Amino acid sequence: MKDEVTRDERVANLKGMGCSRKRVEDARFTQGKGNYVDDIKLDGMLFGDFVRTPYAHARIVSINTEEALKVPGVLAVLTAADLEPLGLHWMPTLAGDKQMVLADGKVLFQGQEVAFVVAEDRYAAADGIELVEVEYEELPVIVDPFEALQSDVVLREDLVGEGGTLPDGAHGPRKHHNHIFRWEAGDRDPTAQVIAEAEVVAEESMYYHRTHPCPLETCGCVASMDKVNGKLTLWGTFQAPHAIRTVVSLISGIEEHNIRVISPDIGGGFGNKVGAYPGYVCSVVASIVTGKPVKWIEDRMDNLMTTAFARDYHMTGKIAATREGKITGLQCHVTADHGGFDACADPTKFPAGFMNICTGSYDIPTAYLEVDGVYTNKAPGGVSYRCSFRVTEAVYFIERMIEVLAIELNMDAAELRRINFIKKEQFPYTAALGWEYDSGDYHTAWDKALKAVDYEGLRAEQAQRVADFKAGKTRSLMGIGLSFFTEIVGAGPVKNCDILGLGMFDSCEIRIHPTGSAIARLGTISQGQGHATTFAQILASEIGLPADSITIEEGDTDTAPYGLGTYGSRSTPVAGAATAMAGRKIRAKAQMIAAYLLEVHDNDVEFDVDRFVVKGAPEKFKTMKEIAFAAYNQAIPGIEPGLEAVSYYDPPNMTYPFGAYVCVMDIDVDTGVPDIRRFYALDDCGTRINPMIIEGQVHGGLTEALAVSLGQEIAYDDMGNVKTGTLMDFFLPTAWEVPNYETDHTVTPSPHHPIGAKGVGESPHVGGVPCFSNAVQDAFRPFGNRHTNMPHDHWRIWKTAHDLGLHD
Amino acid sequence: MSDKIHIKMTVNGKPEEFLAEPRELLIYTLRERLNITGPHIGCETSHCGACTVTIGGKSVKACTMFVAQADGADITTIEGIGGPDDLHPLQTAFKEHHGLQCGYCTPGMITRAAALLEENPNPTEEEIRFGMAGNLCRCTGYQNIVKSILAAAAEINASKEAAQ
Amino acid sequence: MIPAAFDYHRPTDMAGVIALLQEHGDDARVMAGGHSLIPMMKLRMADVPHLIDLQSVSGLGGISIGSENIRIGAMVTQTDIIADDALAKGAPILREAALQIADPQVRNMGTVGGNVANGDPGNDMPGLMQCLDATFSLIGPDGVRDVPARDFYEAAYMTARTDEEVLTAVTIPLPAGGYAYEKQKRKIGDYATAAAAVQIVRDGNICTAASIAMTNLSDTPIYSEAAGAALVGTSVDDAALAAAADAMQGDIDPSEDNRGPVAFKKHVAGVIVRRAITRAWSRA
Repeated sequence: MKDEVTRDERVANLKGMGCSRKRVEDARFTQGKGNYVDDIKLDGMLFGDFVRTPYAHARIVSINTEEALKVPGVLAVLTAADLEPLGLHWMPTLAGDKQMVLADGKVLFQGQEVAFVVAEDRYAAADGIELVEVEYEELPVIVDPFEALQSDVVLREDLVGEGGTLPDGAHGPRKHHNHIFRWEAGDRDPTAQVIAEAEVVAEESMYYHRTHPCPLETCGCVASMDKVNGKLTLWGTFQAPHAIRTVVSLISGIEEHNIRVISPDIGGGFGNKVGAYPGYVCSVVASIVTGKPVKWIEDRMDNLMTTAFARDYHMTGKIAATREGKITGLQCHVTADHGGFDACADPTKFPAGFMNICTGSYDIPTAYLEVDGVYTNKAPGGVSYRCSFRVTEAVYFIERMIEVLAIELNMDAAELRRINFIKKEQFPYTAALGWEYDSGDYHTAWDKALKAVDYEGLRAEQAQRVADFKAGKTRSLMGIGLSFFTEIVGAGPVKNCDILGLGMFDSCEIRIHPTGSAIARLGTISQGQGHATTFAQILASEIGLPADSITIEEGDTDTAPYGLGTYGSRSTPVAGAATAMAGRKIRAKAQMIAAYLLEVHDNDVEFDVDRFVVKGAPEKFKTMKEIAFAAYNQAIPGIEPGLEAVSYYDPPNMTYPFGAYVCVMDIDVDTGVPDIRRFYALDDCGTRINPMIIEGQVHGGLTEALAVSLGQEIAYDDMGNVKTGTLMDFFLPTAWEVPNYETDHTVTPSPHHPIGAKGVGESPHVGGVPCFSNAVQDAFRPFGNRHTNMPHDHWRIWKTAHDLGLHD
Repeated sequence: MSDKIHIKMTVNGKPEEFLAEPRELLIYTLRERLNITGPHIGCETSHCGACTVTIGGKSVKACTMFVAQADGADITTIEGIGGPDDLHPLQTAFKEHHGLQCGYCTPGMITRAAALLEENPNPTEEEIRFGMAGNLCRCTGYQNIVKSILAAAAEINASKEAAQ
Repeated sequence: MIPAAFDYHRPTDMAGVIALLQEHGDDARVMAGGHSLIPMMKLRMADVPHLIDLQSVSGLGGISIGSENIRIGAMVTQTDIIADDALAKGAPILREAALQIADPQVRNMGTVGGNVANGDPGNDMPGLMQCLDATFSLIGPDGVRDVPARDFYEAAYMTARTDEEVLTAVTIPLPAGGYAYEKQKRKIGDYATAAAAVQIVRDGNICTAASIAMTNLSDTPIYSEAAGAALVGTSVDDAALAAAADAMQGDIDPSEDNRGPVAFKKHVAGVIVRRAITRAWSRA
């Protein structure tokens, strides 16, 4: 018998790993048939919304809800006093702190939730909010973390003991009443010694400003308590639905099997939707109180002002090197502004996330990191905005320190990177701050990138531009931004990564149907990454059934296996691995079935694309489709009927994607307007599952990097007022401000991941921010610029030029 | 609460008639009253374009229009642009060229693009970027959106030519 | 973001509008495209118990180009301005400016009347109209009156229009010479960091007339007579440019906002006005 199709065709038919399979999600999204949380409409559904404080720090003297309750359609107004008997007026944060659900005696940041108005429709709720009378007594406002550490003003009285004593926080001793934690990594004294004895030391302070993930869909939920059956269903914009179920159970006392959490389609997350917010708790309580479903949806101002800021790191570094440029040591201190509550979404043991990846891509023998977390009168959060935990901060820090060292050494920054890269043969490489990098080939990637952009040519052009500028022939400068980043993603090994005690494994459960199609469910949840497309591709390659015959389902805790969700580029490294491992379990059973059907020993058949063949006799085979049917209709001795598998995957290590980026920018010295002429991005995310989707992730991540580096910030005035609360002032670039990107890649598989994949969604953001920033700063390097802080919006770029005397 | 007023409008070819408070925003009329949930709410201050619909041939942000203003209007949403049996070339092109990720901006994006191609059937890349600048996307970086619209324009023009 | 409740009125003639304004006084506001007013109402920063929608009022549309003047009805949208080829010939600065306002969807709703009547210092049309020496026609209980754009603006959101008046049309003397509308902004959809409208007449190598107005650099648009005067009689050389920019600096009074501090705005205003003059001169 001869095959009608070639082997290559059989491979192509699977649409497995490595092909640019079109997305299965797109049909519904392009036809307006997505199902996002605000699309949910239930019988008798009520709307809840918050009374929020206009003050950043104030005592609450009184709350009068009488007039609000008279508004037709307003059913209830919840305050902390109503939640207190239930023990729900405070809730635990993911960082070991606790947070007010509704203002309990005082408010700590502008926009904080004070009361929850529940009404028959959103109009009545809005009218009710206007009529809730809250009397405030203003308190001194602190928006600067350095001031907070000096101030007598106590922001968190609940964390001060009798007689002013300071009980330990979740991460050890606190040195001041506004101090949250000190976290250290590496060797303090040896690092200090290396720096003291170094031939060259570059020192710099930098502020990574506060910004916000700002997905186009804000956060929201619908809570529905079925009092008859005692079941709570909670739909919401949750990046980690299972964790939300556990949290809801722990704080509400409702048994976990009686809670069903569903993440429907999510309109972008970028870290904003990892945490638990007061809106969720209040909606659940309101549903329990009223017996009706309650919807809560943030508006954009609520979103920018209250849920989940990112960054706000004040970083000071010292980098030591020989005169030839070999780095010998690195020291970093961070003052981390966490706002009114420590609600960072980090694994429990990492209060500063993976900031200790800050030695970057370089072979730095000695290093020390120290992070102080501080309370201020700003919104809580500290989420990983399109990055693994605090990795954007770490990569920005090292990629700026490298540039500053290059200035100190009067050396080309590309060359300085090259001579300090961890070499290919050094992997697996244990960094001075503890991480074991799995694999890398940095020199190859760097050389490819520099060649692709004609780096030498660019530098020559830049030199000419500087000469022309000095001769008065142009008012435009040219910046060449370089960045070489190493990410640390795929959190993570249960031995050191957990959130609220939940190990950060992930999961996949597969059921093969009799006719050879399948459904697989995962503990993750897509927010645009295309999981329904790519996880089916992994499975197609692993089990030999076409991706088009495999449904991927996520987000329903009643059906999906337990997992920690999607953020920190963990889906492919962790759930993707679980998917491959579950597929291999299917394949193992299929092998036994095939052997039985072919009447040979198990070891005499081997897997080939979409079938098992008898070794040495390729004409004797059973396709996976045939095997699937056999699993349901044959009585096979010693083998259970059916073809299902589940895998819970605890990764042995993190994965370490890397990349080399180059940005070429022209800058109008007189107006501060930058023009991105070219952006080249080489990414190495290990094995590539779907190049089309990888490329899309890179475009998107770079655009968010452009936004953050060139203008996007959550800015406060001295009174703690948010100055950038709408999309007029919070910079989200349009198609007009965004360039076309050139993408490229190398492939260095992860040695410990079942399919060698490393994750890619966040790399472009992590590597992109320093690249854009370095381009701005590089333009001014010939005129004496060393470092200026982001965001590089027009006026700050102008100020850089102005301070350098370029307007004289 | 003010008195409800009598509203008539045509949405995706279908006549609709109801009583509503004048302050009801058109986006809520569509999404909550008429269960047309394709258009989305992103910013509420007319910056993001997720709520874009077409009224009388022109792209409009439905978050910044009262239902009272839309009394008598002829409105098209993404649901009226194409469905499973009559996909618009833009809908096909967005899938083909990976012009979307989370999908939240997509209905507004395609609705705006459809109007753009009516205004300018042969746009350059620059004209597309300028003509789409009222629609924000947080996922794609726009590159593949631009590519999708260029491809759809070519497709539409080719079938027009073939028809002649 | 839900506005407070209001009564909605959609009169079909101006008499009906005036009657409503007289009846409700301060409680009534007229609305054209609504893209300034509705966001303010949604944020509950504007309380409008009676909203008068002008969309069905006859006589407020149309662009007519006469031998000496251009008349633009208050309800003409930015999109209408851009699309009108005759207007683009007669007063090309209008299209150039309109293309720099907001985004396509907003331009479909945003009207010339709303843009000039609102008194928002961020709007682009007021400065443009001052540059063009336009006249605004107002109708009220006492009849019709014309107010020059250069006399119309008193402070932010405060204009010569009384509460019972409606702005019905803008009349622009046919502009001559070269033109430019130069605007620096952070992104599409933003107000100007600084913007300059310039019309300039050239005879040989000498400037014979120049009109310059600046946007978002004070609490009103700024018509800088002195800046224009500094160009007249010159060949618009570097010295003249510097003199015009200096004169303009004397007239503006920017305040700090998220776009930047005062020193930056003044500097950029100087750069932008020079660029606008240079471009206008090259077209004159």
